[in-house]
Amino acid sequence: MSAAAEAAASPPGVLRAPLVVEFPFTRSLGPVQSAFLTGLRERVVLGVRTTAGQVMVPPVEYDPVTAEEIRELVQVATTGTVTTWAWNDHPRPNQPLDSPFAWALVRLDGADTALLHALDAPGPDAVRTGMRVRIRWAAQRTGAITDIACFEPHEGPADPQGAPHDGAFAEPVTGIVAEARLDYTYSPGRAQTAYINALSERRTVGERCPSCHKVYVPPRGACPTCGVATTDRVEVGPAGTVTTYCVVNIKARNLDIEVPYVYAHIALDGADLALHGRIGGIPYDQVRMGLRVEPVWTEGGRYPDHYRPTGEPDADYDAYKELI
Amino acid sequence: MARTPRYAREVAVVAFAQSDHRRRTDELSEVEMVMPVLHQVLARTGLKAGEIGFTCSGSSDYLAGRAFSFTMTLDGVGAWPPISESHVEMDGAWALYEAWVKIQTGEADTALVYAYGKSSPGPVRDVLTRQLDPYYLAPLWPDSVALAALQAQALIDAGETDEPALAAIGARSRASARTGNPHAQLTGAVPQGDYQVRPLRTGDCPPIGDGAAAVVLAAGDTARRLCERPAWITGIDHRIEAHALGLRDLTDSPSTRIAAEHAGLFEAPVDTAELHAPFSSQEVVLRKALGLDEGVAVNRSGGALAANPVMAAGLIRIGEAAARIHRRESDRAVAHATSGPCLQQNLVAVLEGDRA
Amino acid sequence: MSKAATSKECVAVVGVGQTKHVAARHDVSIAGLVREAAVRALADAELTWADVDAVVIGKAPDFFEGVMMPELYLADALGAVGKPMLRVHTAGSVGGSTALVAANLVAARVHRTVLTLAFEKQSESNAMWGLSLPVPFQQPLLAGAGGFFAPHVRAYMRRTGAPDTVGSLVAYKDRRNALKNPYAHLHEHDITLEKVQASPMLWDPIRYSETCPSSDGACAMVLTDRAGAARSPRPPAWVHGGAMRSEPTLFAGKDFVSPQAGKDCAADVYRQAGITDPRREIDAVEMYVPFSWYEPMWLENLGFAEEGEGWKLTEAGVTELDGDLPVNPSGGVLSTNPIGASGMIRFAEAALQVRGRAGEHQIADARRALGHAYGGGAQFFAMWLVGAEPPTS
Repeated sequence: MSAAAEAAASPPGVLRAPLVVEFPFTRSLGPVQSAFLTGLRERVVLGVRTTAGQVMVPPVEYDPVTAEEIRELVQVATTGTVTTWAWNDHPRPNQPLDSPFAWALVRLDGADTALLHALDAPGPDAVRTGMRVRIRWAAQRTGAITDIACFEPHEGPADPQGAPHDGAFAEPVTGIVAEARLDYTYSPGRAQTAYINALSERRTVGERCPSCHKVYVPPRGACPTCGVATTDRVEVGPAGTVTTYCVVNIKARNLDIEVPYVYAHIALDGADLALHGRIGGIPYDQVRMGLRVEPVWTEGGRYPDHYRPTGEPDADYDAYKELI
Repeated sequence: MARTPRYAREVAVVAFAQSDHRRRTDELSEVEMVMPVLHQVLARTGLKAGEIGFTCSGSSDYLAGRAFSFTMTLDGVGAWPPISESHVEMDGAWALYEAWVKIQTGEADTALVYAYGKSSPGPVRDVLTRQLDPYYLAPLWPDSVALAALQAQALIDAGETDEPALAAIGARSRASARTGNPHAQLTGAVPQGDYQVRPLRTGDCPPIGDGAAAVVLAAGDTARRLCERPAWITGIDHRIEAHALGLRDLTDSPSTRIAAEHAGLFEAPVDTAELHAPFSSQEVVLRKALGLDEGVAVNRSGGALAANPVMAAGLIRIGEAAARIHRRESDRAVAHATSGPCLQQNLVAVLEGDRA
Repeated sequence: MSKAATSKECVAVVGVGQTKHVAARHDVSIAGLVREAAVRALADAELTWADVDAVVIGKAPDFFEGVMMPELYLADALGAVGKPMLRVHTAGSVGGSTALVAANLVAARVHRTVLTLAFEKQSESNAMWGLSLPVPFQQPLLAGAGGFFAPHVRAYMRRTGAPDTVGSLVAYKDRRNALKNPYAHLHEHDITLEKVQASPMLWDPIRYSETCPSSDGACAMVLTDRAGAARSPRPPAWVHGGAMRSEPTLFAGKDFVSPQAGKDCAADVYRQAGITDPRREIDAVEMYVPFSWYEPMWLENLGFAEEGEGWKLTEAGVTELDGDLPVNPSGGVLSTNPIGASGMIRFAEAALQVRGRAGEHQIADARRALGHAYGGGAQFFAMWLVGAEPPTS
């Protein structure tokens, strides 16, 4: 079943948008994992021997029983035996095979523990615990667990195995890049939805706490000091006061704003705490605490593009010092 | 009744509340989902947030898809004036454990524990693959159902269960939920369905959904004052196993057994068990590890097969077991929570009510 | 009947270990990194894996390494198989909170000897990516991490009239202190005050040299009870007080310059430890200063100076290694920042001072030291006070 098919329908009228969490993580390996993954690139499978004499494949860096560091590498076979399996009729994104396959734990000949990977078989009737399999190597190998494309059924004899191995290879792999992307659907909830909808009319609408009567902009659903839902909607601004700020001289990631610019905390008139915005329409080195500003919208913008001076006299420090 | 003085202080669950568990809660932010549950659990004790000695929560950034997601949920607590508070990136059962330890030190007499999870925004089966060894396992993206299916097949191969027996666990759980749990997401007769990952069918798998839960703990006489029949935590312990599936006997759960021993489970029989078994096959493993016989009422709430808000489902097991003691439906109960692939980490709590 | 709070067990730090903190540890896995700190802490305590009853681990958001709940994978490397393992996450204060959760396990007599550890391997990703995931509908962050804190620094300067050179004094001091700490990330041997003051202004009023680096690193401690401390081959550090306090992220009336949660947390720790005059009674402070101006701000927040006076202590050299209130003798977060571990390093360095084991950056005759951590939007605080003598009460 696809992720989309799993998702039941959402109620209408609720804001939703994709949230993509994606990063190519750079993972350094350490000696044991480096030897194992480099070995896979060279079509060699290495295990590690514990002090009790067990051979662990894939090799772990630390003995799960004694917690000792273990480094004694041995070569094991590319053939082995299925210890348990599960038939996967609906492969999910990024899994080793695109067509139906079995997940399998495989104890390679010469190993005492099992390795998890995919097993390519015609169907579930062709898979059983105890069946013999061998590694099918990926055509392009880089030094990663995916250098094993999958396992496949194997009727022949076991490979040679059990020889000590020094783990040394030419051009060892010392790191992997682990691409990871997860696709979420983000919904901001009741209070933020109302705020965002009002912004689309270029109005800033906060919510008042029924207990302490403070006006929250943006509202986040709860008065954080009273722990109750904010209720009454209150339009604030449009003008406000710069309570404090900094001058940004380095470009922030993924932001297309020329530096230097001023990033300010702005208490909109009628709000009981400041929100954040960029100040424009004035040289950056003339921005000051107490400056009175108003929003400047651009076509299609969800938020004010920036705030500019209103020309009013600066606010007294005492008038906004509680809002800093 | 006399209980073994295993710890310095007597501590009990004095109140439990949970949300209705639903497939989606798009109209609610996390704090909007959690806050009503906090209000309910406090109302059951008559305590105000400011009177609580310690607060601890459990949740996951990966589930939410945002870093520091728990900081916004704190808004629902009303942490002002500032409170003594902590958070675990674990199921809320472990938040309860941290709170229980805090009360044992004598630094607090009461604690508010909450947990929440929204599985609806992300592909939770894939999200959970990010829990796995980042070098050997995560690059293969083996999803949570696939891993549970490997465990289920191992149980079948060992003769410990079969597919009809697994189906019966799911059916029993949802039938229990229909009569005993108005908050459950899946209740009554649910088709066993197709294989998700063979041998597990739809009915063997937990529903995906959103929910929250909260518990109030209290010590000694405070507990007696706040609750007519406190659910005393007479033992609580948790243990972890090796991470890789290939290093473990998947048909057994030694960590559950060790935790149960340390929690004193085997010193007397229990009448009730709430097991955090997201997959039907895992109930088979847990029953064996905990030595539960047919006389024990297992998952009358429906368990995780009826509602599985990830990060809260373990705390809910403790809450459900406690609630049965509060209602005098149980005198001695065991609650269990799990974390990680194929029951890697397990917590066991023994709860007892005073007998007249 | 509930027993009184006085029945708490005393908690001692008998082992401290940390990695040499660097920008990128290319030679180890995540497990290899945490393992290094843990092995050093056990060696310091002359204990083995079998002596450890439980493991408490902390780190900042899981997105920093892209591993969800990494403690599951790390159980084997930390000798936790068959034992209890807890994972704490309280944002930037997590290293401190983690140590306190571990200390409570001993104080409550649930366990006798606990290994606690915190880490971050920032080189696996990019912290700013993890912190600024593009949440739909929300205004993008308009500045980096420094941009978040710089307006609060400006507010502090406005409120106190502090001269704009104070930040550079802190950076110059901490970087020189780091030269005496072999584990510190930044070892700027040619540092001068002029260089700090000439470094680029990134988020005015914060200069490049007044910001913390991005580090790979781990820190571990072995905590034990009185009986364990009696067997310790080296002097223990005794926990005299420990507390966590939290306040909401953003709220009407929040004081970002001197958050109430920080004041309350310090007051609780001092009360437990019997401290009435922190300035006189505390010999060394390891405080969480990710941007140099936070030193004077926290001096006030923690009660070492009157409100508005913190910068005067810094300016007068009081917080220097040879001053009468040395702050961050280790070089602090300004010299070493594996985010999730930074709080625990503060706690551990405080312990090293009262154990007399801080090496070249040892404060002579340090008897009582404060470890401090904070995180989130300056909302989560964790602190402990450790002493060379066991608590008397």
